[in-house]
Amino acid sequence: MALPSQATAEAGSGPADPDLAATSGAGGSPLVGRSPAQLMWRRFRRDKTGVVSAVIVLFFILVAIAAPLISALYGKDPYTTYGLDEPGLLNPYGFPVLPNGGISSEFWFGIEPGLGRDVFTQLVYGIRTSLLIALAATAITTVIGIVVGIVAGYAGGRTDYFIGRTIDVLLSFPSTLFIIAFMPVVENLMVKPEEETPTWLRAASLIIFLTVFGWAGLARLLRGNVLSLREREFVEAARVTGASPGRIIFKELLPNLWTPILIQSTLLLPALVTSEAALSFLGVGMIEPVPDWGRMFLRGTEVYQADITYLMFPGVALLLFVVAFNLLGDSVRDAFDPKIRH
Amino acid sequence: MTTPLLELEGLTKYFPVMGGFVLKHQIGKVHAVDGVDLTVPAGQTMGLVGESGCGKSTLGRLVARLHEPSGGKVLYQGRDIAHSTRRELKPIRREIQMIFQDPYSSLNPRQTVGTIIRGPMEINDIRPEGGLQKRVQELLEIVGLNPEHYNRFPHEFSGGQRQRIGVARALALEPKLIVADEPVSALDVSIQAQVVNLLQRLQRDLGIAFLFIAHDLAVVRHVSQRVAVMYLGKIVEVGDRESIYERPRHPYTHALLSAVPEVELPEDGVATERIRLAGDVPSPIDPPSGCRFRTRCWKAKEKCAAEEPPLLQIGGNRDGHLTACHFPEEPTTHGREIVLDPALA
Ligand SMILES: Nc1ncnc2c1ncn2[C@@H]1O[C@H](COP(=O)(O)OP(=O)(O)O)[C@@H](O)[C@H]1O
Ligand code: SF4
Ligand SMILES: [Mg+2]
Repeated sequence: MALPSQATAEAGSGPADPDLAATSGAGGSPLVGRSPAQLMWRRFRRDKTGVVSAVIVLFFILVAIAAPLISALYGKDPYTTYGLDEPGLLNPYGFPVLPNGGISSEFWFGIEPGLGRDVFTQLVYGIRTSLLIALAATAITTVIGIVVGIVAGYAGGRTDYFIGRTIDVLLSFPSTLFIIAFMPVVENLMVKPEEETPTWLRAASLIIFLTVFGWAGLARLLRGNVLSLREREFVEAARVTGASPGRIIFKELLPNLWTPILIQSTLLLPALVTSEAALSFLGVGMIEPVPDWGRMFLRGTEVYQADITYLMFPGVALLLFVVAFNLLGDSVRDAFDPKIRH
Repeated sequence: MTTPLLELEGLTKYFPVMGGFVLKHQIGKVHAVDGVDLTVPAGQTMGLVGESGCGKSTLGRLVARLHEPSGGKVLYQGRDIAHSTRRELKPIRREIQMIFQDPYSSLNPRQTVGTIIRGPMEINDIRPEGGLQKRVQELLEIVGLNPEHYNRFPHEFSGGQRQRIGVARALALEPKLIVADEPVSALDVSIQAQVVNLLQRLQRDLGIAFLFIAHDLAVVRHVSQRVAVMYLGKIVEVGDRESIYERPRHPYTHALLSAVPEVELPEDGVATERIRLAGDVPSPIDPPSGCRFRTRCWKAKEKCAAEEPPLLQIGGNRDGHLTACHFPEEPTTHGREIVLDPALA
């Protein structure tokens, strides 16, 4: 994954090498020092779990990006109801005729019971849905978290007090319950009863809800970081030379915050993927016919007694993706801060 | 008489002490700096000594205007900057710089040495001849570092080298006054001398005035032309170096000096008197009435509690040697060994 160049390790965690610095570049030693980011990258590369997780995560992301290509090469799409269109695929009860959920050389992961759609392309396109919603929510969440956290930590006083209380309230809020309760309210307000809820509205609502309840954690973390950084003498050194608050925030503080920001976002993204799936599973997520892992899983639980195959694919895919992404987050954190090895 | 470079008049800084269970409110204040008068002439080093917690750093920060004073004046070249805004301060910031105590927290770990030293020049729109990088390398050379190392990160340097980087950053704006807040206290003793010598050379070669803060009297003696002794937010004695070190009058100065191993012991066989300073340093939240040193002073009488001793040139003192004490000691360092308890921090 791409790391911001300032995103770097904790001070002094690298091998401080006074001799290297003292020998004035003699004997062909490189004159350009190793930046904290380079040290972090070296540590990350040595972490096997991290590298394997990164490969898995990258694979999922590539599949999401290449979904139309894969679908074209494979010759099917996630919307066509093959089972209903072609006789002989589903039995009169709506279940695949072939064993194991109808897995065949034509339908690699089988056929959806009932509507008879292709599971493989649904799964491939489902990554897109989850990832796009989670990515958008993560991006907005991170930006809000950064801004609010820095403002609270840097301004202090009353501003900090009110932001702090807001964060407390949000973090102790039963967010899932709230979203389940309020999603229909939002839709009643925005959509006329005779119309269908547009996909974009549901996606936007999901992103907004996830963001509203998501930013508080990062903001609180960064507030604490800024509070301790503000006391560091290099910030005072900048003030003594006449630096503006803007310069202090962007040039002095922010470069020291990339570590917690990056760690937090790599852990937030899989959490939001899970949340999105959970909300779809609970019926307030993405709507038909947009392919979605959470809803596939929901359908899977409805039919698993007759045929467990349809439950397996979204379940395993979701598990693999979320576990790999969490392990990646852990590895990123370890690489940044080798002192807190578990 | 020309205006001195820096003049402090009745300077005070109180920090609020917040408390209360549910509703936070101010329940007291730390008298960190409490009515300090001090003058630093151009090109001279004023040493500032005192135990830990007596307000030296706060005084330094007031001068560098990292704090806004609660009262009094900070006159820089005759102009009061005590309450100037950031914009008004901008031209003066160039001339008053600071060197910090902790070489590990005073350099941004995410910036290269070049970026750190270039920063002050960028902020103040200074475009040196030959470019910023050339100037950075020049500065590195001045402070005794390899000019090729501008691309390295702080973690690649030792404590002493880092402190030199901090010095180079302070020099980047060609200041007239540098507040050095315990610049060598965090360093190994073997490294301290090197950095002290560097600062001394800068003062000589570049004519920079220093407010040199330290709790180590030996270091201050080495670098300062004048020395001020601080106790609980107040200057208790100030004078020329020789005067303070050889003819001290304030009991507290005597106590500090007796703790310095370098002061030679009497050869004439005079029996040394051992005085143990009683008790701890009192809290700056509720300082003693009258003379603040009275709770630990062996000469304290009733007058000391009732009346605050003014900072004056008392009989027998040389010109410019001021002492704040009702019953000053004899101007000698012989014949007495005072044990400061608790030990000097
Ligand atoms: N920012 C601050 N807020 C509250 N109290 C402070 C602050 N800075 C210093 N103090 C208090 O002021 C007193 C003097 O501190 P300081 O100037 O750091 O002393 P020194 O540098 O001589 O050790 C101490 O009691 C300290 O606790
Ligand atoms: S004024 Fe009194 S208490 Fe204070 S130092 Fe002098 S003798 Fe001691
Ligand atoms: Mg201090």
